[in-house]
Amino acid sequence: MACFTAPVVEAVVVGVIEKAEAKKEMQVTNQATENHRITKVPLSRKLKWLTGMLWGGSALLAFEHVWHGEITMWFPFLTAMSDPADTAEMLHEIATVGVTMALLITAVWGVMCVCADLILKRKEKEEPAV
Amino acid sequence: MTLLTVLFAAVIVTAVWYNRADDDMQIVTLMYLYWGASLMWFVDAIYEYAELGTAFFEATAEDMLNDAFLGLAAIALGLVIWIVRLLITDPKGKIKTALSRK
Repeated sequence: MACFTAPVVEAVVVGVIEKAEAKKEMQVTNQATENHRITKVPLSRKLKWLTGMLWGGSALLAFEHVWHGEITMWFPFLTAMSDPADTAEMLHEIATVGVTMALLITAVWGVMCVCADLILKRKEKEEPAV
Repeated sequence: MTLLTVLFAAVIVTAVWYNRADDDMQIVTLMYLYWGASLMWFVDAIYEYAELGTAFFEATAEDMLNDAFLGLAAIALGLVIWIVRLLITDPKGKIKTALSRK
């Protein structure tokens, strides 16, 4: 009904955090020495992966809802909003299916972050700094 | 069927991205779109399976065709989003060169 709204909310929040983190990292990088070597993927880059998946998935899911006639171009945009019983069902779906979607994407992103750091560490061991 | 269609697209796009020396074509945009949607539709499928049980796997031919059509349409929309983003960001500067040419 509108399950994609939960990942959209997360995407907005994470997007704001990502911008703030990128700003902070930029200041740190400017202060770093020339011999600075990246041994860990920056958090802002990792957050970009998360927002990318959240926005990307939500966009295609929103399209699916348009396909099934659950989203309209006129107010209130969600057909379930026109009937109180449907609205309650929609909110339940957002709280269950939508939140699970957001959680699964976040969990997969967490695994991706761990793997990315491990790959960088492995590469560092294979090619030690001169 | 929608999940399967988009999942295949996600795997193919990831393989293409891995095979390229750099991401000047911004294939990563397609990866975000298809992997994000695959994970979300996977959750949808789990909830549907919990509700329907084994009947979930006994879809009619008409339902499967409609879902496959939706999957292909979703892939097409993903491609459109990707190409529009590629042209707007113009990483190779081709649009800029074409526009500045007299």
